[in-house]
Amino acid sequence: MFVPSVTNPIGDFVRNLVPQVTAYLPVAFQSETLDSVVAFLINAVICIIAVCAVNIGSAPILIYMERKVCAHVQCRLGPMRLGWHGTMQTIADVLKMLFKEVYAPSGADKLMFYTAPMIVLIAPFMVCALIPFSKDLVVADVSMGIPLIIAVNGFGVLGILLGGWSSNNKYSLLGALRSGAQIISYEISFAMILLFVVMISGSTNLMDITMSQQGTVFDWWIFKIPVLGFIAFILFFISSTAEMNRAPFDIAEAEQELTGGYHTEYNGTPFAMFYLAEYIALVTNSALATTCFLGGFHAPCIGFAPVDNVLNMVPGLVWFFGKVFFMIWCYMMVRWTFVRPRVDQLMDFEWKFLLPVNLVLLTAGAAWIAISG
Amino acid sequence: MTGMLPPGFRIQRETNTEEFFINMGPQHPSTHGALRLALRMDGETIVELVPHFGYIHRGMEKQAESMSYLQYIALSDRQDYLTAIQNNLGVVIALEKGMNIGVPEKAEYIRVMLQELGRIASHLVFFACFGGDLGGQTCLLYGFKEREMIHDILEEVTGSRLTTNFFRPGGSRYDVPDTFIPRVKAFLDHMDGTMKDYERFLSKNIIVLERSKGIGILSKEDAIAYGCSGPVLRASGVNFDVRRANPYSIYDSFDFEVPVTYNGDCYDRYTVRIAEIHESMKILRQCIDRFPTEGPWRSKEKPVRLPVGRYYSEIETAKGLYATYVVAATTGEKPYRIHTRGPSFPHIAALNKMVQGHKISDLVTILATLDPVIPEIDR
Repeated sequence: MFVPSVTNPIGDFVRNLVPQVTAYLPVAFQSETLDSVVAFLINAVICIIAVCAVNIGSAPILIYMERKVCAHVQCRLGPMRLGWHGTMQTIADVLKMLFKEVYAPSGADKLMFYTAPMIVLIAPFMVCALIPFSKDLVVADVSMGIPLIIAVNGFGVLGILLGGWSSNNKYSLLGALRSGAQIISYEISFAMILLFVVMISGSTNLMDITMSQQGTVFDWWIFKIPVLGFIAFILFFISSTAEMNRAPFDIAEAEQELTGGYHTEYNGTPFAMFYLAEYIALVTNSALATTCFLGGFHAPCIGFAPVDNVLNMVPGLVWFFGKVFFMIWCYMMVRWTFVRPRVDQLMDFEWKFLLPVNLVLLTAGAAWIAISG
Repeated sequence: MTGMLPPGFRIQRETNTEEFFINMGPQHPSTHGALRLALRMDGETIVELVPHFGYIHRGMEKQAESMSYLQYIALSDRQDYLTAIQNNLGVVIALEKGMNIGVPEKAEYIRVMLQELGRIASHLVFFACFGGDLGGQTCLLYGFKEREMIHDILEEVTGSRLTTNFFRPGGSRYDVPDTFIPRVKAFLDHMDGTMKDYERFLSKNIIVLERSKGIGILSKEDAIAYGCSGPVLRASGVNFDVRRANPYSIYDSFDFEVPVTYNGDCYDRYTVRIAEIHESMKILRQCIDRFPTEGPWRSKEKPVRLPVGRYYSEIETAKGLYATYVVAATTGEKPYRIHTRGPSFPHIAALNKMVQGHKISDLVTILATLDPVIPEIDR
């Protein structure tokens, strides 16, 4: 018997539906074990499709959004020609990427070279499966959600290191080494802030963390704990930017220094995969910030019943993606505003500033729990 | 990754296998053109840098020998294309010395105003590239936004946006249109506001300060020894500006400061240039107040024939000292030899001194603050 540890309405629906369908089959095929196996496989396929749809579907939207945000920050219009306000531009670019010839530089380790982009994609996809998009919409509602995210998130650096090393290019190698050092360092503070959230919400399950923020806006973890929540949010913002290798912490790509860093030698589909991973990571990190600090799928209620009732009429999914896109917009504004620190300054910032502040934050959080009971 | 050095390199391979060689350029986003920097690296730290030039050498000085003097003015645009209008003046002043021709007052004002507009345009490109090289792509677009306005003015006056080919011995090609002064005035008013934005964007940004303070220090002695000029020299604490030290045109009649800073690092070179934009705007405002609407805009036309002799002029372009040396072996329309002393070459020569011990990211910052233009080095 496959007893799923995870239950959700869609899964239950499939599990109920399968016995009804198999009832029409010959008796030889009717068994509870078979039903549960079939239901399990169907659910798995649905989950994979859902995760892929969210991720791959959001990437073109984000790329378009990035272009528009960037353009308006820089006093220009961005893509305007293809479709209404350039909406088809991203699709055209994706098609261009897909139809390009894929080749590896001579002297490259071909196996590693082509494996690396796939490895990079794994991490954000897995994290995406853990995010509760709405009360009933979560692919894997695992009890150890946060530790799993911390574990999985570090996977991406493997792909970057492999990609940079196997390219047989010094710029790629430098970029990969920078990226490795950076992600491994910032992972520590990234994990510690998530631990802070675990500590104050009392659970490692992402759904429980979301539910612990039920109520008004002031029950969200960013506001619920005076000052500390906001500091934690800012620290999360910084370390997740570094985790994603996004500007101003994009020293791994550092176009002006390393001509593209670890993906200098990539083109066509493998490059598109690196690009895709970057934007999916943007979604998952924003979703994580939303879940941990901004109340997840809860409506921003203000404690005034008539308004709250209206706000609650909007589905949680809409609120969730609204907050996610607000976070993404913040990441984009930061990217197009700040300049890039140097590699050693980035390390100094993590080890000499971010990490001590995180430790203080954890202690203060513990003190707050002790005081408030 | 300790690769063998390509043959013909002056860097010798060390026995220390930790060091490796990186070839930066000629196709690299931060070398500002076809410049190639051979780097000996220890990890990310630069041990030695050797610049290699010549990728776009066009033999301008040789070409000049078979050209008339007037044709060479057009060629001077193609040297430092960011300060094309200033290069024009450098050549023209040398020719005027040979022709012994005076310049009417209005022509002098036109010259000074276009000079200062050109200086602002060049420094705006510096601002844009400096921000861009540090990783702030938005700066890149911001700097070019205001530069476009200057180019619009230049287009209206000279008929050309970049390669102006405007000045002639005794004046200029055309008179300025009536709209010139109002447009410059409108530009200055606009610029007052934008400069505040610019400075808020980079000057006080903590990351910019961290990236540029104490980076690429060029001492006063080294700056003089390498023959640096312009903002690079003044950032190292040498108060030398040709406009003050050896005034040409009517620069001695204007009230302006020569900004000097004393640390010689990247941030100082940045602040000197920003201060120079303000000083240029000051000069432009004085020009607008005193601009003579009446009077000739060029002296009586004379054929450009130089008597036998050697004529030298030096001017202060946005990049530094731009000198022209004309040798006329026979009286006629063609020179025997024209030599140009451009400001960028000594700056790149001093680069090795500045980058040693710094990271590869700092090299990009330092190179941006030297503000080299490769066509002017290669000529």
